[in-house]
Amino acid sequence: MSTALNDYTASYSALALPGQDLPWLQQLRADAYTQFASDGFPSPREEEWRYTNVSALEKKAFTPLLAAARAVDADFIKSYQLADAYSLVLVDGYFSAELSLLADLPDTVQILSMADALQTCPEQVAVYFGKAVTSNEHGFIAFNNAWFTDGVFVHIPALCVLDKPIQCLHIVTQDGGLATTRNLLVLAENAAAQWLETFVGADVGYLSAAVTEAFVGQNSELTVYKVQCESAKAYHFGGLYIQQARDARCTHHNFAFGGLLARSDIHTDLDQAAECELNGLYLGVKRQHLDNHTRINHLKPYGISRETYKGVLDGRARGVFQGRVIVAEDAQLTDSQMNNRNLLLSADAEADTKPQLEIYADDVKCGHGVTVGQLEEKSVFYLQSRGVDEETARNMLTFAFANEMVDKVNLPLLKTLLVQLVLQHFPQNSYVD
Amino acid sequence: MLSIKDLTVNVNDKKILKGINLEVKAGKIHAIMGPNGSGKSTLSHILSGKSGYEVTGGSVTYQGKDLLEMPPEIRAREGVFLAFQYPVEIPGVSNVYLLKAALNAVRKHNGLDEVDAMDFLTLVKAKVKALEMDEKFLYRAVNEGFSGGEKKRNEILQMAMLEPKLCILDETDSGLDIDALKIVADGVNSLRSPDRSFIMVTHYQRLLDYIKPDFVHVLAHGQIIKSGGPELALELEEKGYGWLEEAAA
Repeated sequence: MSTALNDYTASYSALALPGQDLPWLQQLRADAYTQFASDGFPSPREEEWRYTNVSALEKKAFTPLLAAARAVDADFIKSYQLADAYSLVLVDGYFSAELSLLADLPDTVQILSMADALQTCPEQVAVYFGKAVTSNEHGFIAFNNAWFTDGVFVHIPALCVLDKPIQCLHIVTQDGGLATTRNLLVLAENAAAQWLETFVGADVGYLSAAVTEAFVGQNSELTVYKVQCESAKAYHFGGLYIQQARDARCTHHNFAFGGLLARSDIHTDLDQAAECELNGLYLGVKRQHLDNHTRINHLKPYGISRETYKGVLDGRARGVFQGRVIVAEDAQLTDSQMNNRNLLLSADAEADTKPQLEIYADDVKCGHGVTVGQLEEKSVFYLQSRGVDEETARNMLTFAFANEMVDKVNLPLLKTLLVQLVLQHFPQNSYVD
Repeated sequence: MLSIKDLTVNVNDKKILKGINLEVKAGKIHAIMGPNGSGKSTLSHILSGKSGYEVTGGSVTYQGKDLLEMPPEIRAREGVFLAFQYPVEIPGVSNVYLLKAALNAVRKHNGLDEVDAMDFLTLVKAKVKALEMDEKFLYRAVNEGFSGGEKKRNEILQMAMLEPKLCILDETDSGLDIDALKIVADGVNSLRSPDRSFIMVTHYQRLLDYIKPDFVHVLAHGQIIKSGGPELALELEEKGYGWLEEAAA
């Protein structure tokens, strides 16, 4: 065992983790623990982590937080909580019934904490748990498997079209704290739902390590919004692993604004004629490091994938985009397009972009494009020639570049919040539409 | 209105304009014609304040002020408008937003209140109609996906909204079919007024059939080699530029 990991492993046995009485989960946790204790967090030697070094997490250990009633600033939560949504709140890694708002939830829809689900419907959880991602993926998954304290379990039955989005709001309150959560999201056939995950925290250093597995049933439709607004000192790992059944549609909007170091994994496996659209916007300032890793796995014929990621990087910020598209031998007539565009606002900002197409089928349409650049001077001049001063022109163009991704959001209240967050991120912006 | 004296300009140490003299009085239309590479576009860029040009000598006075000292946005607010040869596409910024931001910047500079949202829409819709444009263009991103003719019409729309004092049309006629040319020319003609001047840069005489200039200047090798009235354009149409270039050489 690496001594640097002692700080994590030493406190492990003291944690009252849910599902202790379930042999399958105990085995899964034990295997994951052994793997993590030996290998630790991912290393830049791993190809899919080559641009992101998380060794700081081993040098400065974060302490798993125990379930406790903690005062949470209600106004702070409200500023991120979407009105008109089913709202789930996870505080320091534990579901908070009192902060969550589940009134009017249709009887057929199950939304409960992961700890409750492991008590009341463990067979249901067992069908899905660990089926979209395993510890073999990388150290954060092993860590999450072993350490997760709570999370939510959502089941949308067949033919149910949920009227309101479900928001899962993660909040970490303690300096040096560690919040490890695990969600399971299941849509049966011909269902539709919108899932919004928001990550926030107090203005302290902490580690949020969240994993969500999502199963989108045949001909179902899932729209996911991820809004990552962790504190400027926080470390964030958030992984979403999706299984799309035949004809299932999934759209993901990934907004990475916060954190000192933040990594998102969005991986999806597509069955026949499944479609996915992955959109992302990462805005980095100061010394932020924002890594977005996507994997689209076309397993069967007729799949469609569209991916657009944009980054705006200022100061000494570093943005990483790794987009992997795999087209299996069986996945003929796949149609896939990937695009990553980066705007560097300072000489010290950096963008690392790595599109990867792995095509094993012979009759497919796949394309990708990548750009890294500055604002176009001819655009700045064009606006100036119409009377707009240079600074406003630059802000207008920067905002317009980012806002293209916000514009794809279909929830008006969320869109308003995102516009505010984009403007806050570049405080010199005076431009508001 | 505008007085250019002995203006010399370099681009990357290469002399492009070699002593330009031009007086533009209020209400007059000047056509500047010349073969490709004669320095026509450089002249319009210099007047609008585009970077990348080095003024090595001479002066440009606009309404008694040193134009070359002003940043591009101040020139625009003072009433200088360049209709671009190649209008720029600005994804994510809607046409209507830019028009409003531009109009308010100009109004503020001139001590006027920002225009009220309703008045603005009434105004812009009237101008759009006059240019036979679809109102939908207002809500699309600036020039994005516009055809060549639509882009040029959009330039004239911006000009009509900002009501500048000195309009510089940089090859506004290039790439336009005859119907689009007529619409653009009608737009320009409707803006003619005793206190508004135009400099039309073109290398086709065709535009001058629709917008009658008061003066025609021939620019070649960075100098104005001949000036005259509208009849000069007809002579150029007949004989081309060759005879003038030879005479100047």
